[in-house]
Amino acid sequence: MSENKATRVAYGEALVELGKKNDKIVVLDADLASATMTGTFRKEFPDRHFECGIAEANMVTMANGMSTMGLIPFCSTFAVFAGRCYEQIRNSVCYPHNNVKFGFTHAGLTVGEDGGSHQAIEDIALMRVLPGMTVIAPCDANEAKKAVAAAAEMDGPVYLRLARLPTAVFDDMPFTVGKGHVMREGKDAVIFTFGIMVEVSLQVADLLAAKGMDVAVVNIHTLKPLDEDLVKAYATKCGKVFTVEEHSVIGGLGDAVASVLAGNVSCQFRKIGVEDRFGQSGKPMDVLREYGLCADQIAEKILG
Amino acid sequence: MTIHELEATCKQVRRDIINMTADAGSGHPGGSLSVTEILVALYFDVMNVDPKNPKDPTRDRLVLSKGHATPGLYGVLGRKGYFPVEEMKHFRQLHSILQGHPDMKKCPGVDASTGSLGQGASIATGMALGAKHIQNPCHVYAVLGDGECQEGLIWEASMAAAHYQLDNLTFILDNNGMQIDGTNCQVMSLGDINAKFAAFGFNVIDVADGNDIAQVLTALHKPAIPGKPTCIICHTVKGKGISFMENQVGWHGKAPNNEQREQALKELEA
Repeated sequence: MSENKATRVAYGEALVELGKKNDKIVVLDADLASATMTGTFRKEFPDRHFECGIAEANMVTMANGMSTMGLIPFCSTFAVFAGRCYEQIRNSVCYPHNNVKFGFTHAGLTVGEDGGSHQAIEDIALMRVLPGMTVIAPCDANEAKKAVAAAAEMDGPVYLRLARLPTAVFDDMPFTVGKGHVMREGKDAVIFTFGIMVEVSLQVADLLAAKGMDVAVVNIHTLKPLDEDLVKAYATKCGKVFTVEEHSVIGGLGDAVASVLAGNVSCQFRKIGVEDRFGQSGKPMDVLREYGLCADQIAEKILG
Repeated sequence: MTIHELEATCKQVRRDIINMTADAGSGHPGGSLSVTEILVALYFDVMNVDPKNPKDPTRDRLVLSKGHATPGLYGVLGRKGYFPVEEMKHFRQLHSILQGHPDMKKCPGVDASTGSLGQGASIATGMALGAKHIQNPCHVYAVLGDGECQEGLIWEASMAAAHYQLDNLTFILDNNGMQIDGTNCQVMSLGDINAKFAAFGFNVIDVADGNDIAQVLTALHKPAIPGKPTCIICHTVKGKGISFMENQVGWHGKAPNNEQREQALKELEA
């Protein structure tokens, strides 16, 4: 592991790398380029960065129009505004399955001090339900870079959920869209998780190992399409299934996993995430603790 | 085409509008009849398009932002030769290429999927911006409804069109003065719509009678002003050409029954 880094930073770096290889890549921002970290792309390719002003809906539909001219637009803003431009994403982009990418940063509670108005806990639920939308939430900077490159290669809409908080960067791992990655083997229980909760879940597994419980941790970076085979295999093997997410327990990974397991696998199952409430201001880790999402709290829940 | 031939095409498209909505038992005749001259002028005279090569990268684009006016659009596309006119019988039916609202992946000649009001203007703005970026010489047209201008997205797009100096973009407003719940003035006044577009930075052209194809053509053929998007405001009549539909709010989204169809077709013979 190397120094902590936010996935939004990797997003900006990945776009610059992509931009050098592919002149069809264009980036749109809604007055947040310095926060979504696309400022580096703007500096490198000023004629391929399109500022849309504080108008997220127009950014999305304009990007859609640009995609019909053969360009590959990456729309960048905060994940909390996914709802603001949602119907544009639904009707203009997803309905005709156009080639528009969404790099939405500052997802989840770990936005911290800006508070509940800016902490998206519903974006995955919104995006998962759209036919043809690919939803990816990378766990670290390396995975974020691979996810951005993969999104550009794919035809069709892709939602990338990115974080503000610098977190652990793991050693290089394989990445394939739609394929989960086993971060830690185990036999007594399995945690399915994604994003920055992967790091937390590995800490959970360490805590539980000290108590004699051997817990697998599976990184489900692609929320949709879900790696159903891997979910079923580990649920069957471990018998106890936990989902851990920095997202509402409604409509997120927990519900996606539940849909796969119901009627297929006999197991114990519990969703751990944001319990149908909005976030609030505070230091990122303090907010996580308030919502019961720190490693020791999750370990307690798993021990039941 | 001569003006006379274009007028005859308008009449044919109006017959198509009546037949499609009557066959389907649903659809939007009022706003299709008001926008007929605009669409015929674009596809049969102004736009650089080839129905045999509907994906030609350098073709001019049309985005029907008032996407509910599909009977008008499909009448024009069918008569232009994008698909066999027999397809019109399947308008709004299961598996049809002629969906209730335009679907770019199903119907040849449809450049953007629209129907959710406000979005088409913004899509067209993005197309024009993209075209400039890749140095594609095409021109992008968006046909807007007047009620649609109550959507904030129209004005977000307008601001961007002026900001990016999109002189390859033309909005055409089908200003028939009516929407579902009443007249524009009753529902939400547009105020001085010409002045609003002008204030947003558009080259505004007013067409006194947007159902007079000669007037529409004159406006569409005016050269663009470098660095400015254009907005052509066409004053039209909702339900134009059918006596009992003209200026009747109730014919926004209602299909004629067979008796009304016969009467309408008779009026379109004369």
